[in-house]
Amino acid sequence: MTDRPTRRERYERARRRRSAVVATVSTVVVVGALIVLVPLTPGWERVRQAFFDGDVFLETFPGLLEAFWLDVQILLWSTPFILIVSLLIALARNTRSPALFPLRAFAVIYTDVLRGIPVILLVFLIGFGVPALGLSRTWSNPLIWGSVTLVLSYSAYTAEIIRAGIDAVPENQRAGARSLGMTSSQTMRTIVLPQAFRKIVPPMMNTFVSLQKDVALVSLIGPVEILRQAGIDKATYANFTPYVAASLIFLALTIPFTRLADWALARQRARTGATTIA
Amino acid sequence: MRRFPALRRIIPAIAVGALVLAACGSDDDSGDAADDTGAPAGTEAPADPTESSGAGDCGATIDDGVLTIATGEPAFYPWVIDDAPETGEGFEAAVALAVAAEMGYEGDAVVWTRTTFDEAIQPGAKSFDMNLQQYSITEERAENIDFSLPYFTSNQAIVALEGSAAEGATTIADLKDVKFGAQVGTTSLAFITDVIQPTQDPFVYDDNVGAKAALEANQIDAAVFDLPTALFVSGVEIEGSAVIGQFPADAGGTTDQFGFVLEKDSALTSCVDAAITTLTDNGELEAITQEWLSDFTGAPVISVE
Repeated sequence: MTDRPTRRERYERARRRRSAVVATVSTVVVVGALIVLVPLTPGWERVRQAFFDGDVFLETFPGLLEAFWLDVQILLWSTPFILIVSLLIALARNTRSPALFPLRAFAVIYTDVLRGIPVILLVFLIGFGVPALGLSRTWSNPLIWGSVTLVLSYSAYTAEIIRAGIDAVPENQRAGARSLGMTSSQTMRTIVLPQAFRKIVPPMMNTFVSLQKDVALVSLIGPVEILRQAGIDKATYANFTPYVAASLIFLALTIPFTRLADWALARQRARTGATTIA
Repeated sequence: MRRFPALRRIIPAIAVGALVLAACGSDDDSGDAADDTGAPAGTEAPADPTESSGAGDCGATIDDGVLTIATGEPAFYPWVIDDAPETGEGFEAAVALAVAAEMGYEGDAVVWTRTTFDEAIQPGAKSFDMNLQQYSITEERAENIDFSLPYFTSNQAIVALEGSAAEGATTIADLKDVKFGAQVGTTSLAFITDVIQPTQDPFVYDDNVGAKAALEANQIDAAVFDLPTALFVSGVEIEGSAVIGQFPADAGGTTDQFGFVLEKDSALTSCVDAAITTLTDNGELEAITQEWLSDFTGAPVISVE
């Protein structure tokens, strides 16, 4: 087999090159128009000073980065719990046995209620309410109960995603497993769940990115994480640039993750032999 | 390009990035030269400011013939009673109505509105003529808005639950290991971070309600408020709490003076100042203070060393 490109391959490569050039030119034109036209608006100078002040940016950035570390920590310890709880809820929801009906009912109520209540309300209810029942100082820590709130709220959403993934696994997989004599828990563990998880990578990544931002809600009950720090800086400097700086830090975290998910998805598609135009 | 397909995707991104950087560079040069030429919306050219009071002499208000006064949502005791400032009950409600009367606005000519604590001290056009919500007069805030002369002087004070780590403190050094809480953007928070400088970072809340909830949830040892608020919180709102102490200026603490907030370079500022001076001189301000705040002025002193 030689490496010489076929006529088809050369044609497609030329077409891809042309579309890349067109994309570059149109992007440059649009961005160039924005950069030239926006500063010509009458209020631009005030907006620039209020939102894009270089000095305020430089002064507040180190503090924001430090506060962001708290967000990352909350994210890191919440995510495993969210995955575990949502898997349990999804499995509970899928049980067919009549003896386990209370479990299924609980799972339905769990997802309905916790998806319906805004996370802000939950943060106050659980973050202030539970410790006020009389817990000791270590157990009252708002980081604990803020994380519990995030886990409860997000596991309700991800449970539904996992359930959708489980449902998306073709029925013939279960039929094949049954004909091999596997029990339903073996089927679930070794056949259904692995395939289900591969299918739900995009919506799970979506949820994960959303969680990275909702972590900021923990600031409502006290801890100074990046959004609260930006609020303190805004009050100190009477300037909104700290929020712009915080947004950049968030993007620095979320964009690599979404690109990673895209890459994993593309690799998986290539492996299963799907034919797509690049 | 065949060898490095990723390059194809990066080139548009590089072009955009280069354009953005170029634009940012040129903007910085022009930034210093530009003035703020836009007039704030909603006010007309100031009338000739005179020392005497009387509706219309002072300068234009947002709504002709009506003085719009703003306060917090909700407004707390003892500053406003039952969140109803138009009744004139409560220290700030009474002061605001007295100042308005000196300026020539009485009865229906005074309209109340509400704003958050934060939005009134940000730069920009305002939805009110004057705002009072225990705003401490600071230089940083004065860059964006006008302050009137002070109508009240208050010290920072600490509220803690009985049996907490802050109990029995007599100097700042006793408070170093205490877990504090305060409202964002207040001089109370600045007092914690700049003067007390505790070993643990304080928790920060959107409003005093959060700080009070955290006290009751045993998440913080102590919260910092201005003295009258602290006395009300400990005396009425939270059972089993007490004012541990206050920090007067002569003991090394900071003293807060509350002033009305007006839009930057407002025509009404000189009128409000004249009204406050009159009320101070004829004793009416002191009488109002005695009437509404006499229960809210005593607490042990904590010294700063």
